[in-house]
Amino acid sequence: MKAYIKGIGSISPQPGFGNEPFHAPVTYSEGVLRCIEPDYSTWIDQRAIRRMSKIIRIGVAAATLALKEAGIEKPDAIITGTGFGCVEDTGTFLDKLIENNEEALNPTPFIQSTHNTIGSQIALLLQCVGYNQTYSQRGLSFECALQDALMMLVENPENNILFGGVDEISDVSADFLKKLDLFSDCADSLGLFSQKQHGMIHGEGSAFFVINSSPSNAWAQIAGMASIYKPQSASEIVQQLNDLLNKASVSVEDVNLVFLGKCGDDRYDYLIHEVSNSLSHRTRKAVFKNLCGEYSNASSFALWLAAMMLKKGFVPDGILTEEKNIAKPIKVILIYNQYLNQHHSLLLLKACG
Amino acid sequence: MESKVNVIGMGVISAIGNSVDQSITSFESHTSGISPLTLFDTVHRYLPVGEVRYSNAQLSDMLGMEKKFNRSTLLGIYAARQAWRELNISKKWRTGIVSGTTVGGMDITEDLFRKYKTQDPTIDYHDIRDHECGSVTERIADDLGIRNTVATINTACSSSVNSIIYASRLIKHGLLDVAIAGGVDALTKFTLNGFNSLMILDKQPCRPFDETRNGLNLGEGAGFLILVSEKVLKEESLNPLCQIAGYANTNDAFHQTASSPDGRGSYLSMEQALKISRLATSEIDYINLHGTGTRNNDSSEGIAVQRLFKDTIPPSSSTKSFTGHTLGASGGMEAVFSVLSIMQGCVFPNLRFTSRMTELKFDPVVEFKRGLNINHVMSNSFGFGGSCSSIIFSKT
Repeated sequence: MKAYIKGIGSISPQPGFGNEPFHAPVTYSEGVLRCIEPDYSTWIDQRAIRRMSKIIRIGVAAATLALKEAGIEKPDAIITGTGFGCVEDTGTFLDKLIENNEEALNPTPFIQSTHNTIGSQIALLLQCVGYNQTYSQRGLSFECALQDALMMLVENPENNILFGGVDEISDVSADFLKKLDLFSDCADSLGLFSQKQHGMIHGEGSAFFVINSSPSNAWAQIAGMASIYKPQSASEIVQQLNDLLNKASVSVEDVNLVFLGKCGDDRYDYLIHEVSNSLSHRTRKAVFKNLCGEYSNASSFALWLAAMMLKKGFVPDGILTEEKNIAKPIKVILIYNQYLNQHHSLLLLKACG
Repeated sequence: MESKVNVIGMGVISAIGNSVDQSITSFESHTSGISPLTLFDTVHRYLPVGEVRYSNAQLSDMLGMEKKFNRSTLLGIYAARQAWRELNISKKWRTGIVSGTTVGGMDITEDLFRKYKTQDPTIDYHDIRDHECGSVTERIADDLGIRNTVATINTACSSSVNSIIYASRLIKHGLLDVAIAGGVDALTKFTLNGFNSLMILDKQPCRPFDETRNGLNLGEGAGFLILVSEKVLKEESLNPLCQIAGYANTNDAFHQTASSPDGRGSYLSMEQALKISRLATSEIDYINLHGTGTRNNDSSEGIAVQRLFKDTIPPSSSTKSFTGHTLGASGGMEAVFSVLSIMQGCVFPNLRFTSRMTELKFDPVVEFKRGLNINHVMSNSFGFGGSCSSIIFSKT
């Protein structure tokens, strides 16, 4: 698969903004991990920023960073994944609709509540008239965007494609999801998996990528992907994994590190445990949802972190599940994510150069 | 890459009927589905809409389902089962669903939000579980037993054309053999009030492409196509209804809600769709216009059509004059109508047209016409965020 990541950008609950390695991740004590937002004003017009809700801000910012890293002014396609969409503006409009009994409503939150607002704001800022697409498939939204981007690169090998995943937490959405017995309090998010009693912690974030067909100066190569909707057994996932590795000519022993999308709740993590047992003992296991929390597009955070690790050769604290050192430099990373045990995805990355 | 994508089945439900046959009867008899809103209690009940004439309870009974699902899910399953029912093919084919929706489970979320805000003790937070757009698609997928690909697109009013495009590409890339693609949207207070706050809802039945047009009427419904690869077509000895010849998705990059005056994005989507289809403008026999009835859309779209097709503008009409604007469902429903146009050699009337728009040199079709030789149909769907998509269906 000739798909090379040429630019990356992320706004997340972790540092590393500007794609700088970070060794000490931030820990959170309330079970809700919100983005660390940088000062955007040096590279996005301040008046524009003020009009944007958080999801649009973090989406536009991560996309802008990825394009800058790739040295691309205008991509040929903009493809976005978002599970819940613009929940803050949706909530604002609903709130006013009820409060004002459907009278005299400000249309702005309605206008900005549409899921494709993020992708269209990027297009508007860049004056990009090319392909513009938004997927909203819960825990596979980012994977749909990636699948589309990979197909587009086959259709048009000269293209530079911008794609990403973005979701936001609003006060109301956090409250709603907490009442569903989905997320729990956690005094130390970074230590989530070392605690006896644990459950999911709620996260948000935005990660965008530019891919094209040229390996020069790439962060990593995307060597393959697969999505599995409601798998009925671990063997179904293992089968998909073996197919994926075969197609990419990678043996299971070659995988230096696997990012497991465990969320901290055994109700959802049991298939991950089974599948990870089928991996080589030489493959180091890592987690990432203690850094970004659980949300529909957490796999996009994992891809950003994996690309950083492959290019810059660093391993942040708190992600390896065993104490052993990594013997060899990391050359191949597998991301195996799950969301509520309904959406599973595999993503294979290779180092470049 | 696999070259051809075949349409072999379809299903539709809207204000003009709950089947393909009922839809064509409505078109032929000029029976509009636009009427005053009855579906829910609202201060805007005087607004005309295109409602599906069944309550959620009735739809649930018709489908044999528990009375707990949101309206988009019910409408979606209704149309999807209709498209799916006669499909008698091997289980071996990799089968996926791609569906567009903009409201998802918003009808139930609205109620939940009211209870939340008023601290109503009867609140059940589990009602939020089907809020997400993707959940509607998953309910349909589970109902039909589809697992290979489940994808939802929300690009506002172009969502379901983009679904058909994505499904076609998955088949062309050999990632799927069979796909059900289209979209669904139910009427909700959220969208009714949203469009009302933008002051683009006509208080009268809408008049697309008319000089006196004054906004759109919202509608609801669902429309799905069944798409298969050449391999499936041959091995299963299926008769194609038509083929997907080409498509394009572009962006107007002009304004979050308004279209550019010269239809920059819509011109590009129509032009690129023709290019991919290897067709000349003169070969298009009918255009199913986006034609919402707003001042802005129809002017922008009409000018783009005129710029591209020049002096030979094909018969064109907006079926939204019958169904209302069904947002994320419109592209799917209008795809069904486009396929019908090819199958039955007919073009659909644009209701309530009286006077030509000053900026245009053409009138929409105003009579139902049958017995025509329709080989290629273009369908346009544009949406908020500058989303512009065009798709072309061709006779096999």
